[in-house]
Amino acid sequence: MTLTQTRNEAAIETAPVAPRSQPAAAPALFQADDISISFGGIRAVDGVTFDVADGEIFAIVGPNGAGKSTIFNLISRIYQPTGGRLIFKGQDITNVAPHTIASRGIARTFQNIELFEHATVLDNLLIGRHCRAKPNIFAEMLFTAGVRRRELEHREAVEEVIDFLDLANYRDQRISGLPYGVRKVVELARALCAKPKLLLLDEPASGLNTEETEEVAFWIDDIKNDLGITVIMIEHDMSLVSAVSNRVLALNNGRMLALGTPGQVQSNPAVIEAYLGGEAP
Amino acid sequence: MRILFKTSYLDDIRLFQHSGQVFWYSVLVACLLLAPLALGDFYVGELSYVFILAIAGVGLMLLIGYTGLVSLGHGAFMAIGAYTHTYLITKGVPFLIAFPTAGVAALLAGILVAVPANRMAGIYLAIATLAFSQIVEQIIIRWESVTRGFQGMPVPSPEIFGHALARPWEFYYFCLGVLVLVVFAAANLTRSPTGRAMVAIRDSEISAQSLGVNLVQYKTIAFAVSAGITGLGGALLAHKLRFISPDAFNILLSIQLLLMVVVGGLGSITGAILGAVFVGGLPQAIALMRDYLPTAIARTPGLEPGLFGLVMVSVVLFEPLGIYGRWLKIKAYFDYFPLYRRATFKRQRSYLKTERVR
Repeated sequence: MTLTQTRNEAAIETAPVAPRSQPAAAPALFQADDISISFGGIRAVDGVTFDVADGEIFAIVGPNGAGKSTIFNLISRIYQPTGGRLIFKGQDITNVAPHTIASRGIARTFQNIELFEHATVLDNLLIGRHCRAKPNIFAEMLFTAGVRRRELEHREAVEEVIDFLDLANYRDQRISGLPYGVRKVVELARALCAKPKLLLLDEPASGLNTEETEEVAFWIDDIKNDLGITVIMIEHDMSLVSAVSNRVLALNNGRMLALGTPGQVQSNPAVIEAYLGGEAP
Repeated sequence: MRILFKTSYLDDIRLFQHSGQVFWYSVLVACLLLAPLALGDFYVGELSYVFILAIAGVGLMLLIGYTGLVSLGHGAFMAIGAYTHTYLITKGVPFLIAFPTAGVAALLAGILVAVPANRMAGIYLAIATLAFSQIVEQIIIRWESVTRGFQGMPVPSPEIFGHALARPWEFYYFCLGVLVLVVFAAANLTRSPTGRAMVAIRDSEISAQSLGVNLVQYKTIAFAVSAGITGLGGALLAHKLRFISPDAFNILLSIQLLLMVVVGGLGSITGAILGAVFVGGLPQAIALMRDYLPTAIARTPGLEPGLFGLVMVSVVLFEPLGIYGRWLKIKAYFDYFPLYRRATFKRQRSYLKTERVR
């Protein structure tokens, strides 16, 4: 059920970047096929099906407790789905080990920033490179020439991300001393260091002011256009959602309410009811 | 104030960040190399003891300070190292083979402990490791054919290529050499991917996992390396004690090791060494002080454990980063003088995570 539309006009107005159109009939990079999970008696996610095309920006919206973050936790294999399948790059990833997700090309951020508090920004980003490293503990203890060379390569890759997201000022600072807005950017940077094909952003703009939110919108655009990374994001800020995303999935109580362009979803009566409550106008 | 001007990525990787560090560490090594000339046999022996504690401390630091797994049973790994080593050399195995084998034996025991430890965290893990150390103690007591139980075992002098390290200064240099190697390996580990994966596990398991860190594998590695290094320390301790018996490796030793890494400063190898200097040096300091204290206090039984406890509580209350953390603050004060701001290291409460609902 891949929908191929150009973005709606309102979105183009708010973010006058290069007009983008979804590549026609692009192969689905990621598919969630009828996934469900229940905790005790509560069905947190109930039969959700969607697919994300290569090069798309896909947003998931919904009120609190709708199951948005749960979907992310299912994709990154922190939770085991009770039903359904997850397919990434044509491979079934429903049952793979959680730590292999990153090297397959899926990186993510967390809603309540999960950075390594007592390490510097640089070290945090270097851990982002972990899935691209092949550590050999004996060589590392001796710090052989090979380890040194690979270490320099990691640092070069990290430095590119630092340039890309403008983090040079904070490079050597510890996370515990950084303001909230910077931490959000560091977490995004750390995910980018893993060189993913698919990036999961859990509320990238929560707690940010208008200016910072606009900056995030630019970065998401750059991530898609310059780095060629497909993005799935959870977001409450509808202005950001309609500014950057190609398609939107609306959830409520773990069930799908609507799937379509930002405009379609925003005018969907079921969505309006879930957000505002009561009868749709 | 020193401003580091980095011109290549190698500047970030170097063990010594600037020429000042090279100078001061050279001075330190020179002093340690010359120390046996200036000090008597007794103090040379005490310094070797500090080195041995430091070796075990570095091992424990990798586990507690870097990976965030608390072990209350590291004395048991020292015991395994000590008994394996002593057993092998009394059977005629050369010292230079028995010594690494002792490390490997402790390392294997570490892997064994890691299996249940991978399912536990925090206080539960501490209790499990404590239980492990009790089990090891019981095994040592009961496996008399190998360990001679309560009778204990005399430890022959170390012998390298037919030359006995019988004099204290010879053993001193050997311990110093092992310590330098262990610190070198640990420092290398902490600046490479494995060390960073350990830090990642310490600070956030969930994001470490989503970045590709195999939690089970790296926790096992941390336990194995930590136990192995501690085992080497145990083998040296056997030589220092000259006679080993089960009560040399009881719970008090484990607590001393824990005290070392906490007082020294969690999360730094320097901290482990400072902690060893503190734990190894305090009994001597108390012994020296006894002569000057009023008899009523000096003769009080339990003065030493009491002081250890007091120091531990004060460190946790006033300086959670330990001696090394305090040193960094003093250094920063002089670096920025007179522009130092009082609030530079003020602890900030972070309300990012929803702690209220925990």
